[in-house]
Amino acid sequence: MRAPGGPEVAAGDVLLSVENVSLSFGGVKAVSDVSFDIRKGEIRAIIGPNGAGKTSMLNIINGFYHPQQGRITFQGKTRSKMRPHDAAHGGIARTFQNVALFRGMTALDNIMAGRTLKMNKNLFWQLLRYGPAMAEEVEHRHRVEEIIDFLKIQEIRRTPVGRLPYGLQKRVELGRALAMEPELLLLDEPMAGMNMEEKEDMSRFVLDVNDHYGTTIALIEHDMGVVMDLSDRVVVLDHGIKIADGTPDEVKKNKGVIDAYLGVAH
Amino acid sequence: MPLNASATADTFPKLLIRNALLYGSRPSMRHKNLGVWQTWTWGQVIEIVRAYAVGLHRLGLTRGETIAIVGANRPKLYWSVMAAQMLGAVPVPVYADAVAEELSFVLAHAEVRYAAVEDQEQIDKIQSVMERLPKLEQMVYDETRGLRDYDHARLRSMNDIIEDGRKALADPKVGAWLDAEIAAGKGSDPSIILYTSGTTGTSKGVVLTGERSIKAATDTVVFDKLTENDVALAYLPLAWVGDHYLNYAQGLVSGFCMACPESADTAMSDLREIGPSFYFAPPRTLELLLTRVMIRMEDASPIKRKAFHYFIGVARRYGERILNGQSVPLTGRLLYWLGNILVYGPLKNVLGFSRVRVAYTAGEAVGPDLFAFYRSIGLNLKQLYGQTEAFLYVTAQPDGEIYSDTVGPACPNVDIRIADNGEVLFKSPGMFSGYFKDDAKTAETMTPDGYVMTGDAGYFDEKTGHLKIIDRAKDVGRLNDGSLFPPKYIENKLKFYPNIREVVALGDKRDFVCVMLNIDLTAVGSWAERNNLVYGSYQELAGHSQVYDMIEKHVAEANRSLAEDKVMAGAQIKRFLILHKELDADDGELTRTQKVRRGFIADRYAPLIKALYDGSKEADISTEVMFEDGRKGVISARVKIRDMTTVPAPTVMGKAA
Repeated sequence: MRAPGGPEVAAGDVLLSVENVSLSFGGVKAVSDVSFDIRKGEIRAIIGPNGAGKTSMLNIINGFYHPQQGRITFQGKTRSKMRPHDAAHGGIARTFQNVALFRGMTALDNIMAGRTLKMNKNLFWQLLRYGPAMAEEVEHRHRVEEIIDFLKIQEIRRTPVGRLPYGLQKRVELGRALAMEPELLLLDEPMAGMNMEEKEDMSRFVLDVNDHYGTTIALIEHDMGVVMDLSDRVVVLDHGIKIADGTPDEVKKNKGVIDAYLGVAH
Repeated sequence: MPLNASATADTFPKLLIRNALLYGSRPSMRHKNLGVWQTWTWGQVIEIVRAYAVGLHRLGLTRGETIAIVGANRPKLYWSVMAAQMLGAVPVPVYADAVAEELSFVLAHAEVRYAAVEDQEQIDKIQSVMERLPKLEQMVYDETRGLRDYDHARLRSMNDIIEDGRKALADPKVGAWLDAEIAAGKGSDPSIILYTSGTTGTSKGVVLTGERSIKAATDTVVFDKLTENDVALAYLPLAWVGDHYLNYAQGLVSGFCMACPESADTAMSDLREIGPSFYFAPPRTLELLLTRVMIRMEDASPIKRKAFHYFIGVARRYGERILNGQSVPLTGRLLYWLGNILVYGPLKNVLGFSRVRVAYTAGEAVGPDLFAFYRSIGLNLKQLYGQTEAFLYVTAQPDGEIYSDTVGPACPNVDIRIADNGEVLFKSPGMFSGYFKDDAKTAETMTPDGYVMTGDAGYFDEKTGHLKIIDRAKDVGRLNDGSLFPPKYIENKLKFYPNIREVVALGDKRDFVCVMLNIDLTAVGSWAERNNLVYGSYQELAGHSQVYDMIEKHVAEANRSLAEDKVMAGAQIKRFLILHKELDADDGELTRTQKVRRGFIADRYAPLIKALYDGSKEADISTEVMFEDGRKGVISARVKIRDMTTVPAPTVMGKAA
């Protein structure tokens, strides 16, 4: 079930495990009987051809879809059903394949929105925006500014995100996910539609997030070069079935993977 | 008056001590970090710099050694300069965006053993050329990010160094030792080495001394009445003489507050938040700002747009005269007052100019319209002329004597002489003491009686008494009748018209001046559209007689303006033509930085040049062009030539006022 002999990092205990999970929409089997795990502190990639069930898998992990079968264990707690906000409270943050930001709001406000769950004062205090609520907001703003500094987006702090180029929007979305200080960060195609330079920048940020904040990252990506460079371990899906799991080198040599990507005569 | 005190302080560290005494609780430095402006007072700065200096000394830095400063405008890098100077070491700032190649040249030439750098990026760059820098021992860095896994044998964080120095300073003997070190610093010691950018050959290390730097800065601080209440935004490259002079030296002399932007990209919005009272921008930046304003106005609602254009018109008529304190009719004053409330005030606020009291521009010729625009909305924009060897200032325009085509009279205590070949020579309080490790070059640049040769040609305008810089001395030629022919000066005069894009002036060793020019397709194209002129290509538009008429007016105006100057009157344009194709870098006619390659053009367009000087009314030309996909083609055309009447030079006596 697990890739044998993957490099065991210091904080290498299993953070999340997916066991025998199946999900179908009517007669379409999106995911069938998939099992893998994500260890704390690693960068885990989920790859596969179009329609392989990658995004479905992410949606299962953060509770957006409920699998018909199987168990998911996150930080020692096993569950089969969970709502997205439970996942968020539990420390899972994500970004989306198509950028999902508040387009009319500034980059700063969008990232601030990521702090909502961490705000403790009730609505009344927050509306007053005075006293303890103000102190709390200042504290949160400080954290957000650290993220802005980290992602080097100071110059767009006050720019409505709808006016930003795509690459920067992706960066803001990453910022919002980081603002939640997640245990596990799910990135759905963080580099889709980017040019070479933007991809390099984003790769740098993903590595830095992992290194600096110690955040565990699971990402879906199509650019094989990026995946092989970034990730510690890779799981490969095809038609909802897991066909390989291991280090980038192991996966690259796997016959099933080569067939799935290059096609094979039936 | 506190300025007297600076007369006794002959090094920057001594000035820092004076400022801590006089302005201890006033802001010395600001920096925006994590979205919030942080402030350090002079009192805090001296404490940090003393600790930093002791820390650097404990690392091994001693008197007379050099230390490289690499990075953007950040407080800790300015403090690195101060701390080094406190120890009698010589800081060598390097441009943050220098490529590894240039960086290694400067670091090796300056023989640095230490480098104070901003972040991982600079460390990576230096480490990539480490084998060429055998002398470099230690680097101290400001930004820790990304450096956790680096080998720290030769790397230290600035914070650690400062903390280490602070602990050592707990011992009063260390403090006394440092005081003695500061006192031992002499005004004639090298204070800093600034490397020239090297556009005209390899870069040279210009050595400046403390005493001379302070004398020069004191002169201009008095000239512009700068005080400890002023604020400047330090956004220009740290290694450029302008930043070191305008911000560092003037800041220490006057005690004003220097604000460092959050990052290079945020300088515009930081400018607005800080609201500086002293401001410098090269003409290109001013042009960029104006373009942005105009583009945003095009998107504004019709009422706002109308109001904007109306009041900018008012400002154009009265603004400059009001700023210069000349007489203006009452209605003009009232309209300007209203415009100030409705347009100029808000506009200056958006640009961050609300509180600017003194603003300078320099570096290249500034277009009269551009210059007039900023002055008309009430920005006290002036021009200065200088160079690294002079520690910036040679001339500057005093308040109330502002012209777009002069750079002002000599600064206080600066002596200017024009050599026989027209080259500007100067002797100034801040002038350099020599090029680092290059006595031969130093001797080449100095005249026997101690003047510095600028390499620029210029003359004193008879009307205003101001210096006019016309061209690089080596480019200035003579007509056959002996009158001066400065090609760039003539070209710039024409290029300031939006309709004219490129100009090539001819005249050296000829009987008269001719120009070949390119029209600006966007500007002339939109004019053609408005005037129902049909054209199918650049070539067709360029050959149109109505376009020729329009350009003829511009040339006539340029001639009139040349004629106003006795020196330039002989260089009026006798004939011109509009080229049938745009000059293009792909065809080798321009350099990649869009400068005209005269020699190449002279060969390529020989038939046209021949026609210009043999009196023909038109000429045939065919030129080979390179298309963007790499194919070659030939463009043939018959180009018309227009004759101009020249204006007789006026009798200068009548006009002198």
